[in-house]
Amino acid sequence: MTRNRNTRIAAVVVFLAIVFVVVPAAISSSGRFDLYYTLTSVALLSIASAGVWLTFYIGRINIGQGAYALTGGYVSAILVMNHGWSFWLTLPVAGLFCAAASVLIGLPILRLRGVYFAMVTLVLTEVARLLALALPITNGAKGIVSIPLPGALSIFGLTIIPDFATLQNSRLAFYLLAVTLMVVCFAVMYRLVNSRIGKLCQSLQQNEELASSIGVNIAYLRVIAYAVSSFFGGVSGAIFAAISQSIYPSSFTVTDSVNFMLNCFLGGLGYVFGPMLGTLVLYFGWDLLFQTGQFQLLIYSGLMIVLMLVLPNGLLSLAETTRKKG
Amino acid sequence: MAEMLEVSGITKRFGGLVAVNNVSFSVREKEILSVIGPNGAGKSTLFKLISSFLRPTAGEVRLKGERISGLAPHIAARRGVVRTFQETTIFKNMSVRDNVIIAHHLRSKASLLGFFLGTGTAIADEAAFGQSADEILALLGLSSLTNETARNLPHGHLRALGIAIGLATNPSILLLDEPFAGMNHDETMRMVEMVRRLRERGLTILLVEHDMPAVMKISDRLVVLNFGQKIAEGTPSEIQANEKVIEAYLGSEDEAIGL
Repeated sequence: MTRNRNTRIAAVVVFLAIVFVVVPAAISSSGRFDLYYTLTSVALLSIASAGVWLTFYIGRINIGQGAYALTGGYVSAILVMNHGWSFWLTLPVAGLFCAAASVLIGLPILRLRGVYFAMVTLVLTEVARLLALALPITNGAKGIVSIPLPGALSIFGLTIIPDFATLQNSRLAFYLLAVTLMVVCFAVMYRLVNSRIGKLCQSLQQNEELASSIGVNIAYLRVIAYAVSSFFGGVSGAIFAAISQSIYPSSFTVTDSVNFMLNCFLGGLGYVFGPMLGTLVLYFGWDLLFQTGQFQLLIYSGLMIVLMLVLPNGLLSLAETTRKKG
Repeated sequence: MAEMLEVSGITKRFGGLVAVNNVSFSVREKEILSVIGPNGAGKSTLFKLISSFLRPTAGEVRLKGERISGLAPHIAARRGVVRTFQETTIFKNMSVRDNVIIAHHLRSKASLLGFFLGTGTAIADEAAFGQSADEILALLGLSSLTNETARNLPHGHLRALGIAIGLATNPSILLLDEPFAGMNHDETMRMVEMVRRLRERGLTILLVEHDMPAVMKISDRLVVLNFGQKIAEGTPSEIQANEKVIEAYLGSEDEAIGL
């Protein structure tokens, strides 16, 4: 038991060392600073995917995370541009706004199951895009551009995070921000899943009728899980808007929503860290296939189908089988 | 004996069909009461009405004098009316022990946030649930299977697990939906023993069942339904002698065709 625990702590330490020390060191020595942007994207997308994973965990296929990422991006952008808020304050507000919106949307639609819920969430992404086009506050198709970089964050006169605009390397700063949030996000997810709440979510996934007959308030729990999921989506969207310093109605589309879901499938629906691995592999896999030109999408989709057939429980199930054999 | 559950004038219509029509009876404390009747008599609908999975069109169900009909199922469960399921409804991908532990949910004192943060109350809850789960599993003869994934259990054990889940909620009255369905003679007799043991522990039990010999053996009293109406109520020997019941089960075609 303690040995198990020690290996777990060791794994966490190694992981933290890699993302906070090894990767930045490797990038600065190789001079490939563009990788920062790529890895920042992976970290942010994996936060949004983690949200989707949580809805999978309560037995709902969620293809609507793009809607919340888009909403989060707009909320942050509008508060910064029109109201002069600090980016750091807009970050939790964007998440909370999405969580609140998801409660209102979730109350009716979470009653649906299976493909019906999936279809409604798919439409949600499209509705968010059309809203962004139509509403006056979002500035239509022109979007919101030239959003200033995040300013300094200081508490009681103590500067915790410097102004990104004054930094020589704002890419590194964004990378560290995204990775830190990713670590926090997955720590929260890990705790959720391994506490009693995780068991309750599983009970919803496996049999809602039975869950309610043993006294679980299934409607409440579903909404909570969906709100947490949307919070992650909103936060990741807000940072995306800050990095690209712009947000358009097409910043997050149905394709993104589908990708969030695929990340979860690829990594493994039964593993908390599945979405992280899935996002990494899928993002780089897509880039690697770029050289195949016009066949990129064909090979990509073919590989996805094969992977789902061979590894229905995702990439992380490989680790499980080898552990059992060994 | 005090009355535990009171069903009065309960009616359920589905469109033009009256599935349960003005049925009244009561279950006494520590009693085993069975609801029987031919196929389509409205047993399952009645069962769902009592467990609040359906809302009655008219009439009401009271538990210890408090109205429970019309509440959400999880609230009815909180008040003490807990059902098991006809088919093997369990959490398939959890271990047997986890199935029973999760069913202790109603007894938990900690909030969701408490569980997330791992507060003292939450940890104490977990320990208490684990211990109670082991006791329940022992009572139902499932001790050797605690770590097995539930989906791998044989039929008879699955039914026992369903009852273990129901017990874990610490109900005032346990509703068993066809506990003997699909069982052979030996399994049925074992289940009869188990249900009796539950009653000895102070539980009130209402069951809906097809298996006549088992029902006659186990029940203190029976309620007979036919075409949604109560046609008889009484002890097993009274029911066996009741003409209406015999007619409902054997049919009255004999007379109709002049035999």
